[in-house]
Amino acid sequence: MQVYADNAATAKMRPAALQTYISTAKEYYGNPSSLHEAGQAAKEVLEESRARIANMIGAEAREIIFTSGGSEADNQAIFSAAMFGAKKGKKKIVSTAIEHHAVLHALDRLKSEGFEIVLAPVDPNGIVNMSALEQAIDENTCLVSVMLANNEIGTIQPVREIGAICKSKGVLFHTDAVQAVGHISVDVTALNADYLALSAHKFGGPRGVGALYVKKGAPLFPLVEGGAQERGKRAGTENLPAVAAMATALKESLLHLDQATAKVTALREKLIEGLLKIPHSALNGDRIKRLAGNASFCFEGIEGEGLLLYLSDMGVSASSGSACTSGSLDPSHVLLAIGRVHDVAHGSLRLTLNEENTEEEIDYLLKVVPEAVEKIRSFSPVWRDLQNGKRSFIL
Amino acid sequence: MALYSEKVMDHFRNPRNVGVIEDADGVGEVGNAKCGDIMKIYLKIENDTIADVKFETFGCGSAIASSSMATEMIKGKPLSQALELTNKAVAEALDGLPAHKLHCSVLAEEAIKNAILDYYKRNGLPFDPSLEQACAHCEEE
Repeated sequence: MQVYADNAATAKMRPAALQTYISTAKEYYGNPSSLHEAGQAAKEVLEESRARIANMIGAEAREIIFTSGGSEADNQAIFSAAMFGAKKGKKKIVSTAIEHHAVLHALDRLKSEGFEIVLAPVDPNGIVNMSALEQAIDENTCLVSVMLANNEIGTIQPVREIGAICKSKGVLFHTDAVQAVGHISVDVTALNADYLALSAHKFGGPRGVGALYVKKGAPLFPLVEGGAQERGKRAGTENLPAVAAMATALKESLLHLDQATAKVTALREKLIEGLLKIPHSALNGDRIKRLAGNASFCFEGIEGEGLLLYLSDMGVSASSGSACTSGSLDPSHVLLAIGRVHDVAHGSLRLTLNEENTEEEIDYLLKVVPEAVEKIRSFSPVWRDLQNGKRSFIL
Repeated sequence: MALYSEKVMDHFRNPRNVGVIEDADGVGEVGNAKCGDIMKIYLKIENDTIADVKFETFGCGSAIASSSMATEMIKGKPLSQALELTNKAVAEALDGLPAHKLHCSVLAEEAIKNAILDYYKRNGLPFDPSLEQACAHCEEE
């Protein structure tokens, strides 16, 4: 059996989105910047897609900039607010310890350029510490950036509340909504967001396309120079088939969102219930305030990469926050931030579902994941020491 | 998965010499759980020859495959020959490892040296002092 349980990495394209992609590439081949008919026809599709996407997140069409994806959108929001802040002598940015690297690495760069970066801690469930966040925001702060939902542990942050705080303090607010859009209803106005990043391939659109919502009046500078596309804020010929397919994918995602959420939540709960029966295991992230499809675990005594390879052999696509999969010695910063010690964080497994997954697939996962854990544990010296009492169980 | 060669996957799927030797003559352990890699090698030594070898590994697929391959390469060999096993030879025998996984083969070499050193020390046998240095290095891993 093949089980694709890595939808938070990339979801399979929705058939309707793929259809839009193909037909747009075929029929609207013109350059939207050209004056001739083919160009103008393409331009029309571009603007129609923009209006539809804007409408689905409570924005105006002119507040949407198309990008190459979530990372570019995050970068553009952060660097724009930082440049604007620096001009006014405000060189402090407040964010959280569990942001995606698209945010954290952008902040690292700003830090090396003299910005003060404060990362608010999160509680053991992965919810940002609101008082720490609020206290960190001062008169030197030019931006607050907090993700709407976490990519590893699925935790949904109190972003509406954070947006309100930022509004009252007159500080720009960015939210990385890459994991949230298409999965929970998102309204930029209700969130009081000045910037919001989204990515198509997380909700059944193509890879390589995303969007940045920029509230009217919020500062925005281009990362890519070279043309007047996107009102001069993002040069380069627009990826029209991808943009149009993104609009279709988002529409499809939101069409039956409540039903999909109920179905996926039920599958996830069954998965969590079943896998927590594995001795010395734990769920990562808040049980309630989490994305419907996210199930993230730590299994003591093992390293996650072996688990992924074994599962891959069994036809299961999953991911892990282990060091071996990240290419560094440190496991996921998110797992460390919620208080998982290194030894335990290495043994993580992330299964992310969507409405394509079935009950039979969950049953299969409930059979093969425990087998995989047992197999990897069987030759782990750490597991032996835990059994012998030479090492104490943490989970 | 194309990340690893078929050889690596074979040794990951069917690791050779897995387990523990309760009455081992030498035991070597390198790495730590914090870094995500621990390799433990158990040796049974007869007439200066590795009569039996077992391993346990906490680590990624390439760490498991490296330990499996390394144990195969030293089993039945005289100690002098086992001491000559290099991480490069282990990686080559596995048809190569991705660059960021080469440290796994280093761990395998060090775990074996550490186990042999343990055997020398337990039996009050003379050994090349450079062996101790090789193992001091693994402590830092």
